[in-house]
Amino acid sequence: MNTAVLSVRDLVVEIPTRNGVLRPVDQVSYDIAPGEILGVVGESGAGKSMTGNAVIGLLDPPARITGGEIHVSGQRIDNLPREALRRLRGRKIGMIFQDPLTSLNPLLTVGEQLTETIREHLDVSESEALNRAVAALDEVGIPAARQRIGSYPFEFSGGMRQRVVIALALCAEPELVIADEPTTALDVSVQAQIVALLKRLCRDRGVAVMLVTHDMGVIAEAADRVAVMYAGRLAEIGPVRDVVSHPTHPYTAGLMASTPLASLGHNRLRQIPGAMPRLEALPDGCAFHPRCAYAEDTCRAEPGPSIETCGGRAACWFPLSHDEQEGAA
Amino acid sequence: MSALISVKNLTRVFDVSKPWLNRVIERKPKAFLTAVSDVSFEVPENSVYALVGESGSGKSTIGKIIVGLVPPTSGSVEVNGVDLSASKNTADIARVRSDIQMIFQDPYASLNPRWRVRDIIAEPVTVLGGETEGLAERLLEQVGLSAADAHEYPHEFSGGQRQRLCIARALASEPKMIVCDEPTSALDVSVQAQVLNLMSDLREEFGLTYLFISHDLTVVQHVADMIGVLYLGSLVEEAPRDTLFSTPKHPYTRMLFDAAPRMDGFGREVDPPKGEIPDPINPPSGCTFHPRCPLAVDRCRTERPEMRRIGETRVSCHMAE
Repeated sequence: MNTAVLSVRDLVVEIPTRNGVLRPVDQVSYDIAPGEILGVVGESGAGKSMTGNAVIGLLDPPARITGGEIHVSGQRIDNLPREALRRLRGRKIGMIFQDPLTSLNPLLTVGEQLTETIREHLDVSESEALNRAVAALDEVGIPAARQRIGSYPFEFSGGMRQRVVIALALCAEPELVIADEPTTALDVSVQAQIVALLKRLCRDRGVAVMLVTHDMGVIAEAADRVAVMYAGRLAEIGPVRDVVSHPTHPYTAGLMASTPLASLGHNRLRQIPGAMPRLEALPDGCAFHPRCAYAEDTCRAEPGPSIETCGGRAACWFPLSHDEQEGAA
Repeated sequence: MSALISVKNLTRVFDVSKPWLNRVIERKPKAFLTAVSDVSFEVPENSVYALVGESGSGKSTIGKIIVGLVPPTSGSVEVNGVDLSASKNTADIARVRSDIQMIFQDPYASLNPRWRVRDIIAEPVTVLGGETEGLAERLLEQVGLSAADAHEYPHEFSGGQRQRLCIARALASEPKMIVCDEPTSALDVSVQAQVLNLMSDLREEFGLTYLFISHDLTVVQHVADMIGVLYLGSLVEEAPRDTLFSTPKHPYTRMLFDAAPRMDGFGREVDPPKGEIPDPINPPSGCTFHPRCPLAVDRCRTERPEMRRIGETRVSCHMAE
């Protein structure tokens, strides 16, 4: 897997607290190839944002990486000193946050924010930087980019602001973009615009994208592969079609079945009993076992082993076969 | 079926002007935002009526007007034949008020953190001077929590459990109708499924009527009998669920359906909708959707379309057929 832009191996993030050490991310491994969109889904507290923040080095202390390796285009980055990591951020890795208003500086025009980022990372003159800034805004579909470059963030609508954030993430031509819930704060019609934009940029530029979201619909439409997280661990990873239509891990199957779908009509939704355990009180063995219909003693004693599925991996002792799903559905 | 709620020509205008001194200095006129514009619909008893729309479409304002939290500028809302904003008969108003309850979007902000669960749940009955002995305990068990939880404070519950507390509180005064304003949008999918199932069980058990306000089409398609689509304060289309989803008539409804992400839409290339919702303080003339509409003709720019009935659908569009 030398070609992968991002390669995460056995990543562990720990938070020391008075009552012991919490592990919001535990033994997570995955790769993203150039031009690929990897969707990361899970419910709140599953560790999906924490994984993204760990990759870009934005973990809030006392959370820290205590195990594993992160490579970006072959270079190991998790043990870099702060200054080197700061230069890497923006240059090699771009970040798109959920709330476009809080991730832009309200006191600077979008042009100033873009040229600052470009000149920080690329060796270009001021006028060249300005030209690139206009081109970047143009590319993300902001009309009359040259006039709008002197506007402040509050003068843009929510969807336009998110476009500015995307332009900002892409202006130094990074190889990897981490998008953390980029459409959650937006309306459906604007969300469709932003998802289409992300897909186009990813295809045109060959950027690898890690798309963190809780919306299965967005994942199904945008992602090539999907990773499902539960209580800090990777429950399942694989091509999006297989994971959504033929989930192997009982948690993935439950997640898909609880999403309201057109065909179900007024029938009852399938629900997963209980709720995700808190990090302070993770059950032994497979963290999903108290909610799992297939759990046996092995599950209570040891976490699920990594098994091969069609095109992916799942961490489960008793993975679902396709016949069982037909029966359950 | 008789109509439990009938909304007629409802309009609500908010004054969003700057303070008078700023207006004098900057020579700006007063500014008005029409949040709800001439909306009429009826909710039959024991049904689920859903209002869908994007932000700024006025769906929450309509919900608040119906429960009486916001007075309408013009038009009327009749609940069981009583107009809450116009009636002078206090006995009628008190009766109707306890017939309608509301569930809010954010279960963290809508429960008083300093009150015990028992007091929160019993409050709608306490204010009316009713008997509350054992009430909270019974309701807690009905919404799938334990009677022992009545001693606790809200912070000890997760998001989904808090929403169950809100549902228990809404049920306390034995209402006929519950207005649910985005009841599951703050919840995770697996918890959302639990809450939606609970709501449909309670509906059957108590014969409840829901006005379900949401922006999530998949949820609306799951729960609703009748759906009204709102755009910029106006009702653009209303139809029974299956009719609406199989044959949407208004171009905005079609745009919304096309834009919504689908679980089976692997690698689907959507042609994303053009433009954004216009400024509600200065809405477009004629049909408010015309700047984004692929079918718009000159008539749409000048004349506001009337609500017309086509089969089971009511639609306000000049071009719909």
